[in-house]
Amino acid sequence: MIELRDVHKSFGKVEVLKGITASVARSEVVCIVGPSGSGKSTILRCINGLESYDRGEISVEGARVDSNDRSIVAIRTQVSMVFQRFNLFPHRTALENVIEGPLYVKKQPREQAIARGRALLAQVGLADKAEVHPPKLSGGQQQRVAIARALAMQPKAILFDEPTSALDPELVGEVLSVMRKLADDGMTMVVVTHEMGFARDVADRVLFIDGGVIVEQGAAKSVLNQPQHPRTQDFLRRVLHPL
Amino acid sequence: MQKFFHDAVEFVPILLQGVWLTIVVTVGSLLLSTVLGLIWALMRVSGIGVLVGLSASLINVIRGIPIIVLLFYIYFVMPDFGIALSALQAAIIGLGIAYSAYQAENFRAGIEAIDKGQIEAAQTIGMGWWLTMRRVVLPQAVRIILPPYGNIMIMMLKDSSQASTITVAELALQGKLIASSTFKNTSVFTLVALMYLTMSIPLILLVRHFENKANRK
Repeated sequence: MIELRDVHKSFGKVEVLKGITASVARSEVVCIVGPSGSGKSTILRCINGLESYDRGEISVEGARVDSNDRSIVAIRTQVSMVFQRFNLFPHRTALENVIEGPLYVKKQPREQAIARGRALLAQVGLADKAEVHPPKLSGGQQQRVAIARALAMQPKAILFDEPTSALDPELVGEVLSVMRKLADDGMTMVVVTHEMGFARDVADRVLFIDGGVIVEQGAAKSVLNQPQHPRTQDFLRRVLHPL
Repeated sequence: MQKFFHDAVEFVPILLQGVWLTIVVTVGSLLLSTVLGLIWALMRVSGIGVLVGLSASLINVIRGIPIIVLLFYIYFVMPDFGIALSALQAAIIGLGIAYSAYQAENFRAGIEAIDKGQIEAAQTIGMGWWLTMRRVVLPQAVRIILPPYGNIMIMMLKDSSQASTITVAELALQGKLIASSTFKNTSVFTLVALMYLTMSIPLILLVRHFENKANRK
């Protein structure tokens, strides 16, 4: 469904992606792990055109991703994104955040959008917070609203960019459990994360990225339990046993 | 003091005609400067090279010319090019253009203060540039823009007196005309000052209201 072929990307003189080739099948959950600054987030941002890429090709369901072309708008409605810092619209209530895209981009009738928006908030466990503005919600609640906002576009896939990294530890679980439910329902997901437990239990496949290249990839359990490459081994040792 | 009140009764009705014109000039040029300023600001943040350059140059040219010269230019020079405007029209257009530069810089500052993540979030739900501006950026930028906008309103109210230089009989010019024919300078100009102050006070309170609202956020 999502294909990356030899994707290169530089910021100025620094090459952050040095030839990434990967694919994500429908209903697959792929976790991207690796050290900070390895290019994980940049891959996600290239997939939905928030960043352009210099060489190679990215396609979503056969359509080429080009951040400078009008076609990017259609791709973005199919591939939603959830951000590390939630990026909810603070001047709109939780429900308004969720129905913004359906109303103004998809031009759905208001009643229909509201009904579906409420159902989505209920799905992420926030039915009672529909009229609350984001600054009054906890980080975990904000991220769940953000997931509902992404779902409201009825996307074919959702990209998660470190969705729990900005959360207090006790709030991580509520977000991960929503994501696990999505995965169980067959949503195609690409997740940049440091939550190795989530990656091991929920992901179908794991890509380990370091220095802008895919160092190792494979079934989640085998990469995380028996990493082959020394860099993967070293990274996992440091993440799982920081002391 | 009694003399002052006596003069006031006599002159206030004439001065009020000037007040009316002052309000017309201020409101007219405020609307024009707001529209133009928003256009310059949106050009400036559009990311399109030509528009960015054009808007930056326009703003600098406008900022670099004194209001009074701009007014003279529109009122006295434009007729040479076949564009004859009434004094009132010229005043509104001149002040509107002059202040559009300050409005634009204020709007731009407000727009640029919005977190980039907001724009990215809007993009990822499929919003284009204009929808992102209208639904996400501008509604948030307004909170930041309003307090300085209120100050610009006060400055425009006072600078509307410059319209007197091209014969618009607004408050300042009415005052000058009465004073020069009656020699009651003290009474007349005190009244003129009080009238400007009276018009400014609601605006000053409005600015304070905007500031409180912005700070509460």
